Amino acid sequence: MKAILIRGGHLVDPSAGVDAARDVLLKEGKVAAIEPPGKLTAAAKQVDAEIVDAAGLVVAPGLVDIHVHLREPGQGYKETIATGTAAAAAGGFTTVCAMPNTIPVNDSVETTRWMQSAERNPSARVFPIAAATRGSMGEALTEYGSLKAAGAVAVSDDGKPILGEAIMHQALAAAARAGLPVIQHAEDTRMTGGCSMNAGALAFRLGLRGMPVAAEAGLVERDLRLLAELKGGRAHLHIAHLSTAAALDAVRKSRRNGLHISCEVAPHHFVLTESAVGEYNTNAKMNPPLRAESDRKAMLEGLLDGSIDCIATDHAPHAIHEKEQEFERAPNGITGLESALGLTLDLLHRKHKVSLSRLITLLSTQPANLLNLRGRGSLTPGACADVVIFDPKAEWTFRASATRSKSTNTPFDGWPMLGRVRMTISEGRVVYRWEPSASAEGSDASASQERVRL
Amino acid sequence: MTPTKAIPEPVRVATPNPPARDCSRSLLSVTSLGVEDVSAILRLATELESEEPTLRARRLAHRRIALLFYESSTRTRTSFELAAKGLGADTALISSQSSSIEKGESLKDTGITLRALGAECIILRHLSSGAPYLLAQATGLPVLNAGDGMHEHPSQALLDLRTMLQALRRPEEGPGETLLKGVTVAITGDILHSRVARSNALLLPRLGAHVILCGPPALLPDVALELGPGISIERDFDRALKQAKVVMMLRIQKERLTGVHIDLDEYTARYQLHRQRLLASAPEAIVMHPGPMIRGLEISSEVADGPQSVIAEQVRNGVAIRMALIQRALTPEPQPQAKGRATAKKRGRA
Repeated sequence: MKAILIRGGHLVDPSAGVDAARDVLLKEGKVAAIEPPGKLTAAAKQVDAEIVDAAGLVVAPGLVDIHVHLREPGQGYKETIATGTAAAAAGGFTTVCAMPNTIPVNDSVETTRWMQSAERNPSARVFPIAAATRGSMGEALTEYGSLKAAGAVAVSDDGKPILGEAIMHQALAAAARAGLPVIQHAEDTRMTGGCSMNAGALAFRLGLRGMPVAAEAGLVERDLRLLAELKGGRAHLHIAHLSTAAALDAVRKSRRNGLHISCEVAPHHFVLTESAVGEYNTNAKMNPPLRAESDRKAMLEGLLDGSIDCIATDHAPHAIHEKEQEFERAPNGITGLESALGLTLDLLHRKHKVSLSRLITLLSTQPANLLNLRGRGSLTPGACADVVIFDPKAEWTFRASATRSKSTNTPFDGWPMLGRVRMTISEGRVVYRWEPSASAEGSDASASQERVRL
Repeated sequence: MTPTKAIPEPVRVATPNPPARDCSRSLLSVTSLGVEDVSAILRLATELESEEPTLRARRLAHRRIALLFYESSTRTRTSFELAAKGLGADTALISSQSSSIEKGESLKDTGITLRALGAECIILRHLSSGAPYLLAQATGLPVLNAGDGMHEHPSQALLDLRTMLQALRRPEEGPGETLLKGVTVAITGDILHSRVARSNALLLPRLGAHVILCGPPALLPDVALELGPGISIERDFDRALKQAKVVMMLRIQKERLTGVHIDLDEYTARYQLHRQRLLASAPEAIVMHPGPMIRGLEISSEVADGPQSVIAEQVRNGVAIRMALIQRALTPEPQPQAKGRATAKKRGRA
């Protein structure tokens, strides 16, 4: 593996409190040195490093997405680990945590290992999240200790909420002993049978059954109560894809009680509202559903005030023929790995003036910390050589047809994006390089293009 | 088949861009109709109804129309079929029980197959809300929504409108915004699951009517108010009746009740339209029902068959209105109206 010197860029590494011009030397899959501009030239020459000119660009720890569906094993027609991580790399992500709702459900050491094998040909590091219960059936716990030893970084029955109080209590206690977070998909499915969008006036007009806010908030409150009741207090509960103001309020309150609670929000929940469903657009159908404007604003506020810990995409690829169905029959979920940074920079950084450092915190440092992913989300010497280099000012148009994912189910086709990923490096290996001719399609603003050759 | 009929384009199943759909000739929702479109449809219905049958049968002679029915239907299916035949068109009926739909063929593929067989317009009844949008998108053909899930039943609202105008002896000429000025319509029963209620509540207020929705909260959530302006909710049936010139009763849709438990005795006591109640609270009103009726539940036989009932007229008007909709679907709009079409399109997407 050739060493790489990233020269002339602006380093944003919240883990080290750096937001300044720095050169970065990567060697043997690790960060070898970080120094002010020009100071690493000799060291780079010594190891015959490839020189990456990052003038005018932001250099940051590779993005970390703790909520993706890579569909392998079992549903390779939607996505494979190779294609899903290729999309991750194109979106600036160097680490993804794969949910266990594969076929078979990832509730075993074998599947957990299989997903991490180099034979899957990944372009980003994959950390499996194992099923919290066998077959995600909500009845018997899986073996948390051995799953962790095999590489699982959390347990979850994502997509199938853990409804039973006793089993959720057991899961929290056992996960605390094993040192794993429990990730809950908070949806009281007793209130959402046959539902395909957010409950409210629009669902009523469209004649669709609606998922009430209470289905999410109610289960979050139940879980927080269970967490509070648990003796010892080491259990970590993480709420996946939070979507309602009511559930966020519950999380805020419980934080004051000192519980180990965290939560994530998906870009579509702070960018879009239920109105995107429009005339039954199945690419705006996901679970939790797009909500009302007041909920969207609450998600934004939660990101701005720090009560939401991180951004996670809930990347959920589906084949065209599955989405080209009657709205109620179409499966839930949208892809998200390649649009997350562009949407977040546009809305949080440009429109809401969130600093780049804070943004990298939400997209990299904090999610890595939440799941204890050592060496990720940071570019200090010794950390993994996971780097994203992006042009924060480039404006471009997202095209679903240009995706590296196997699937194109996104509501953001044709959307304006801010910030173009120029290069992604995973454990010292260049896994994505922006090709202006191939990907531009005439849609890129030329102003900030081509100052560097990557 | 007449040799003059255009041969449809060869079907390329893998076509990346489905043909652009022609919103103006489809009828997927009443919200895509401007008031001037409504007036035009009423006029066309009258014109077609009074036309000499052999002349009328030349209008769409041997044009091909598919009736695609995923749900059972008596009135709607028969009247669409009679309407198409009255204009001279050839019809083919495809129902989910006796077609490849049973083998798992998708709505998109079914639509593409019908188009390849020469269908120029598809009339769709489907159990899933929004299905007509998918079919129109997939085929590029004009699609007439003959009822989709709990969403809409636009042709029913139009035939209801025609029935109201006739029974209330109001002209169908004049500005569309005032067609039903001063008329209060009480729609009572299972509003939540009713596509008829939605189409009427979305259409009638734009023509000047006031719509009162009436029923228990389990079948009529407060959010129904947000359908649009000109709508109010009244839980007390007698109070609703006292204000109404038109009383529209709806069946409880048992097949769509999920987790909702209705005490039928209590429901009948509070919301059944029976003779005494009608005489006491709305002796002058007309009584409507889109069918199928459950006699003895939401409506008594005496009222259904009584002098105030216009239920049979509704069915009769179904043929005229559906002739107009089919004629409209298969006739390209003349150039001068292109502007109106553009605004209708915009409204439909808003």
